[in-house]
Amino acid sequence: MVTPAHFIALSVILFVIGAVGVLVRRNAIVVFMCVELMLNAANLAFVAFARMHGGLDGQVIAFFVMVVAAAEVVVGLAILTAIFRARRSASVDDANLMKY
Amino acid sequence: MTGSVHNALVSHALVAATQSAGPPPLHATGIQNAGWLLLVLPGLGATVLLLGGKRTNSWGHLLGVAMPLLAFAYAVAAYVQMLGYPADQRVRELTVFQWIDVGKFQIPLGLRIDQLSICFVLLITGVGSLIHIFAVGYMANDPERRRFFGYMNLFLVAMLLLVLGSNYLALYAGWEGVGLASYLLIGFWQYKPTAATAAKKAFVANRVGDVGLSVAIMLMFAQFGSVTFTGVFGSVGSASHGVVTALGLLLLLGACGKSAQVPLQSWLLDAMEGPTPVSALIHAATMVTAGVYLIVRSAPIFNLTADARLAVAIVGAVTLLVGAIIGTAKDDIKKALAGSTMSQIGYMMLAAGLGPAGYVFAIAHLLAHGFFKAGLFLGAGAVKHEMDDEVDMRRFGGLAKVMPITWVTFGLGYLAIIGVPPLSGFFTKDPIIEAAFDKGGVSGALLGTAALIGAGITAFYMTRVMIMTFANGRRWDEGVHPHEAPPVMTSPMIVLAIGSAGAGAFLIVGNRLLNFLGPVTGVPPVSHGLWTKVSTVTFVLVVIGGIIAWAMYGRREVPVIAPAGSPITVAARKDLYGDALNEGLLMRPGQWLTRLSVFFDNRGLDGLVNTVAATFGGGSGRLRRWESGLVRSYALSMLIGAVLLVGAFLLVRL
Repeated sequence: MVTPAHFIALSVILFVIGAVGVLVRRNAIVVFMCVELMLNAANLAFVAFARMHGGLDGQVIAFFVMVVAAAEVVVGLAILTAIFRARRSASVDDANLMKY
Repeated sequence: MTGSVHNALVSHALVAATQSAGPPPLHATGIQNAGWLLLVLPGLGATVLLLGGKRTNSWGHLLGVAMPLLAFAYAVAAYVQMLGYPADQRVRELTVFQWIDVGKFQIPLGLRIDQLSICFVLLITGVGSLIHIFAVGYMANDPERRRFFGYMNLFLVAMLLLVLGSNYLALYAGWEGVGLASYLLIGFWQYKPTAATAAKKAFVANRVGDVGLSVAIMLMFAQFGSVTFTGVFGSVGSASHGVVTALGLLLLLGACGKSAQVPLQSWLLDAMEGPTPVSALIHAATMVTAGVYLIVRSAPIFNLTADARLAVAIVGAVTLLVGAIIGTAKDDIKKALAGSTMSQIGYMMLAAGLGPAGYVFAIAHLLAHGFFKAGLFLGAGAVKHEMDDEVDMRRFGGLAKVMPITWVTFGLGYLAIIGVPPLSGFFTKDPIIEAAFDKGGVSGALLGTAALIGAGITAFYMTRVMIMTFANGRRWDEGVHPHEAPPVMTSPMIVLAIGSAGAGAFLIVGNRLLNFLGPVTGVPPVSHGLWTKVSTVTFVLVVIGGIIAWAMYGRREVPVIAPAGSPITVAARKDLYGDALNEGLLMRPGQWLTRLSVFFDNRGLDGLVNTVAATFGGGSGRLRRWESGLVRSYALSMLIGAVLLVGAFLLVRL
């Protein structure tokens, strides 16, 4: 029997993988993918709780998150392309001009 | 001496003295109604010359000369119109515009054309025009001649406003204006450090005096609610004795600053750094006599306070001796004349301090002095001009042969200043000595004796200047070739020489100035003949002074290098330690005070503020390091923040 606890556990695992990926990976594309992973972990939790409570709110929010994520990827990839063209590098550590 | 006329004037003056304010001023009409022209004409010259820049270089000096001449022509017309009025209707006022209009504080820019101011206006524009003409030649080779004439015209505006203003505030505006012009002109050759320093010194010393005048004006407004001559003199009679004396002493402080009287005398000698026409116009004939004008104009105040009058007389007596002693030791011809100027203004102040007994003689000596001292300075300027800017009299000598016109005009000025009859000084100085003795009591005797001794010293130092410059053999260097100055310079000198010879007799004989000024200044209670016992004593002293000077400088050759000299000579060469005194009494304590407050400011106030600033500055400098530019570290801090928030929520719920 698959209980909501299983879904939540999977969601937490996915979120932690995503968070660790954002913190440790240098390649911006991978960082993006990890961000998507975290968003989808949250989506999974929303949908699981919605199913558990028999409501639609969580499922609707999951759609919203997907739309926002799609928009975010569009803008983010555009910036990334521009940076790559200018600097021949997709490493997030190289883009460090905005500092003290 | 025409006794009956004089007695009538005396009774009239006593009546005038009791009501103290004199007849109320009438409105100016006719030519006098355009009195603002006196300010506008030189004002136009100054504006065009100073704003016009280099394009006015070629004709600037002509405009600069034309404006004073036009003003003089206007002044003569106004004077002639005044002579047409009866004596009690000669005080005329006009309002140019409403200057200050704030509630009860109403001050029009008014001009008062009366007997006293017209005397000054004629002197300023007349002698001023002559000196402007002289300056055309004197400054011919100066690339900045146009600017010079701009400043000179600016000076005339301010000086005319000073003597014409019908209230103390207008007078004060002129007072500050002449101070500014004096500053600009002393420092005209500002590339010379000595000139720049002298200009600053004159400005600062004048400021000290100006504080006195400005406080006096404030006191007038506080006490009488008015600063116009009419308003102040009308209500001064009801003021308490303390207030009147305070007013008198404050006005005296102002006069001391402007007229280089002890204790504010030290700037005048240094002011000789300016071009010689400036020394003649500003520092001999007109501006430095403004203090005397102030005292005489404020006669209704001084008439009520014997203490302030005595202070004025003492200042005058001390200065006339100090100036004369300084004059005896200076080898710089201009500085010797500057000492003499101080001394002569001391005579005027002494006379002004004697009250109605002396006002007229103060003005008479002032007018005569305007002629002979301006003439002497122009002569000194001509000599300096021809001697390649040499001013050391020990390097002159024998100039009478090469510069005969200068010699004769300077000589007439010399005879006038030492008081040889029948030249000006005799007529105008003797009555002052006479009036000092007439004061009676110990103070009168002391003041009179000081004035007598001063006359003897005057004869000594002027004879010394005369001999060292014009007599004996030549002591000048090889490359110097002096010859007579051009006519543009000699002609004003000739006119002034005629004035120095004749002005005194013109003013005094037949009581001409007395009858003219009497209604404004009051009339001396006693009158003397032209030649009295005092005249005899004065004349003997003058002759003795002259003979001593001849014995010391005329009989034997003057050494080119100044000998060590007696202690008095050394002291006089150092301006009787006037600078050292100022330095010890004011400058050093002032510097210590400054250092103390700077220390307190740096360590105390600034220390507090700086500590706070340094704390924030240093702290933020360290905090700044957090902004590393590494995206992943930002992500980590966001994660930590989110975890902390979630943790906090959980905690709160539990």
